[in-house]
Amino acid sequence: MKHFRKLTGPYFAWLVLFVLIPLVLIAIYAFTTSGNPVKTLNFTLMNFAKINESTYIKVFIKSIEMGILTTGVCLILGYPMAYLIAKCPEEMQDMLIMAVTIPTWINMLLRTYAWMNLLSDNGIINGLLGVLGINPVTMMYTNFSVVVGMVCNFMPFMIIPIHTSLRKMDNSLIEAAMDLGANPFQTFQKVVLKLSMPGVINGIVMVFLMAISSFVIPKLLGGGQFVLIGNLIESQFVSVGDWNFGSAISLILAVLILLAMRFMKKMDVQDN
Amino acid sequence: MEKIIELKNLTKNFDDQQVLKGINLDIHQNEFLTLLGPSGCGKTTTLRIIAGFEEASSGEVLFDGMDISKIPAYKREINTVFQKYALFPHMNVFDNVAFGLNIKKMDKAVIKTKVERMLAMVGLANYGSKDVTLLSGGQQQRVAIARALVNEPKVLLLDEPLGALDARLRKEMQIELKKIQKEVGITFVFVTHDQEEALSMSDTVVVMNEGTIQQIGTPIDIYNEPENRFVAGFIGESNIIEGVMIRDFLVAFDDFEFVCVDKGFPENEPVDVVIRPEDIDIVQPDKASLKGIVKSVTFKGVHYETIVTTKYRDYRIDTTDYFAVGLEVGLTFTPEDIHVMWQMGSY
Repeated sequence: MKHFRKLTGPYFAWLVLFVLIPLVLIAIYAFTTSGNPVKTLNFTLMNFAKINESTYIKVFIKSIEMGILTTGVCLILGYPMAYLIAKCPEEMQDMLIMAVTIPTWINMLLRTYAWMNLLSDNGIINGLLGVLGINPVTMMYTNFSVVVGMVCNFMPFMIIPIHTSLRKMDNSLIEAAMDLGANPFQTFQKVVLKLSMPGVINGIVMVFLMAISSFVIPKLLGGGQFVLIGNLIESQFVSVGDWNFGSAISLILAVLILLAMRFMKKMDVQDN
Repeated sequence: MEKIIELKNLTKNFDDQQVLKGINLDIHQNEFLTLLGPSGCGKTTTLRIIAGFEEASSGEVLFDGMDISKIPAYKREINTVFQKYALFPHMNVFDNVAFGLNIKKMDKAVIKTKVERMLAMVGLANYGSKDVTLLSGGQQQRVAIARALVNEPKVLLLDEPLGALDARLRKEMQIELKKIQKEVGITFVFVTHDQEEALSMSDTVVVMNEGTIQQIGTPIDIYNEPENRFVAGFIGESNIIEGVMIRDFLVAFDDFEFVCVDKGFPENEPVDVVIRPEDIDIVQPDKASLKGIVKSVTFKGVHYETIVTTKYRDYRIDTTDYFAVGLEVGLTFTPEDIHVMWQMGSY
């Protein structure tokens, strides 16, 4: 295999150029004051101290809340979906999994705009409610609209890993559980669910990661006052122009995500 | 012996293919019964219907005289040892064996005693806390047997449980399984395609082919008195010769008439004749009517596998004497060595 080693060269260069260098740059920005000439860097921890303000703390808490909520909804809806797909005949499973990924073929912005149309005060859903004689319900610019948008966008990332772990499960294990006296519910609880945990944990990590750092969906479906970490970072870079503070928040977000993944990994190990 | 399981006219269709074509079988208490046949003969399907993993297309499955066709697998007093063991990878050895007892919500202390006793019986006394995925094939096999037996089923089903083991371990487990069966005194229904395994372990062998039962009998019956060409060919090596039953106790093949011990066939009925390779003796050519030339000799350890070409066919003879290739020899056998069968499809 040694002679294949050279083939990793381009990949390695790619990693350095587009992952490592940007990360180092972000770290440098986060720990320096603004307006540095490149030669002399003025190191500071001020950017991190700034986050300790209650407005920013609130943004972090809100983001984590929304992340957990979205992940939870994705899990509750996604697991049964993945389970049902895994119960189908082989060829049908491929079709259904493709169907699950079809929405991701369409640009996320378009899908999110579609939700705005559906959920707005005089949108399609309220229009239908009106026909039934129900007063319009405000759905846009609430937690509801943001979670709906995120769940719809991130659902495939929950379904696919769970489905993969369910599909590769040896059917004779399920038969063995039944054979030993477990009814269908006990079989699910003691064998199927336990063995699909790696998929569940992958799904949770992926959806949480995307939910906590997303900024387009909360911006469009949550309106201007709905600020999550992603929006905060975006505004620091795009409108406020405080790249140093933006970098500091990014770093903290990265650490948060790493901790979350660590935690989930631990759960996984404990489970086995 | 009392019947514990009765299969009555069992059929099973998968799509448009009929894999079981009317199986009638009685399984008795404390019996070691083997379903033997080539792959695709329906033996595993039969086992899965008894276990409750498949539903028969028609026919009845009686357990202790009651129809259990509609009873789900988890309510049957039957446990299975699966082909690839199907141990739960997320549990250790103890929890795997305790699974069934935990489902029954048995007292923890009772479970502990039972599991430990069972692990000791299969020779894994101190393996309780071991990870099942790290065990060897033979050990996983033992865990699977313990996991099934600890529930004290009335019938234990074993689906080619020794298939994944190497030859030596296989032999060991055959002896052990037989011992365990004697010890716990329950019915074993064993599925295999290995005729030697079937003969050495079973009380009753059921030979199956293409979804039908070819013969039911003791290992000795099946070997010595195969009912047709398929059974004779599948169980051990055989010389199978087409012949004609002249009258009772006289059969003709290869231009000669031979005295035999078989009777009850119509006169001049075309039949199949079986002579086992170890029953033929090689003698001087002038001492036998059937003559031929030694075509090949292969040393097999205990015996030489000798092929002798005669006018109509090659005979296989297993003998401890050595005869050189090219030698002209005669072949003899006694009336008891000849076994006459109905031709397939004529019964």
